[in-house]
Amino acid sequence: MAPHLTVYKWGPHMLVSILHRITGAGLAVVGGIALVWWLWAAADGADSYDAFTGWARHWLGIVIGIGLTWALIQHTLTGLRHFALDIGAGYELSTNKKWSLATLVIGVVLTAALWAWILRGLWS
Amino acid sequence: MTTEVNAAAEAGTASAAEAPRAAAGDARPHGSAIEGAGHWWQERVSALAALLLWVWFAVSLLRLPSLDRAIVAEWLSSPLAAVPMLLLVAATFWHIRLGLQVLVDDYVHDEGSKLFWTVIIHFAAILGAAFALFAVLKLALAAAPVG
Repeated sequence: MAPHLTVYKWGPHMLVSILHRITGAGLAVVGGIALVWWLWAAADGADSYDAFTGWARHWLGIVIGIGLTWALIQHTLTGLRHFALDIGAGYELSTNKKWSLATLVIGVVLTAALWAWILRGLWS
Repeated sequence: MTTEVNAAAEAGTASAAEAPRAAAGDARPHGSAIEGAGHWWQERVSALAALLLWVWFAVSLLRLPSLDRAIVAEWLSSPLAAVPMLLLVAATFWHIRLGLQVLVDDYVHDEGSKLFWTVIIHFAAILGAAFALFAVLKLALAAAPVG
């Protein structure tokens, strides 16, 4: 193994960096299809829209919906982190670590809060 | 001095004056200074546009009484909803194209495969955007009385 690979310690900044790409790819493919499907179904008519909502309310649709919500929030937060890094801010090790961890925590908390509210309405 | 340099170039050996110029000329059309900066800038601008529009979209959906078709269709019949929605689709799919291109550029190393996936990304992004834009326009214009 190349020596430079052994001197790095795995940290949250590395995790959010690769998560930005993974969530971006997932949103591009699955999220892109979901957005087009929803809009097309709404424009096409009642039968198409019922087919969409049928899948969206299925447990698999809900799992995908929760995944897309988390991916969108996480990608947005790490995107904002990139904006900060682009202007040259936040490169100090402790600051970088703090904001990387913050995106992970906020992403999970917001997703959980939103879906708790959605599922409460769906099942009540 | 000049004759020495020319002689060295003609002889096929690297001369101090000619070799760096030739290398820069070869590299210049392919460098990140040509396409990279433009791509980088567009990625940021489309990200900012998508960020603003998706916040608007999320707030709008949360304010709707439900996501039944009639409610969504009624909402998108207003130009104040349809126009931002068209912009959201355009900004989002442009950002998708740029983002996926980064993945291809970074992880696909074979030139043939890179070309293949670059074309697929363009086709898929434009196809998705076209269907989404058509759907929004259909909802927006269906409600408008013609003539």
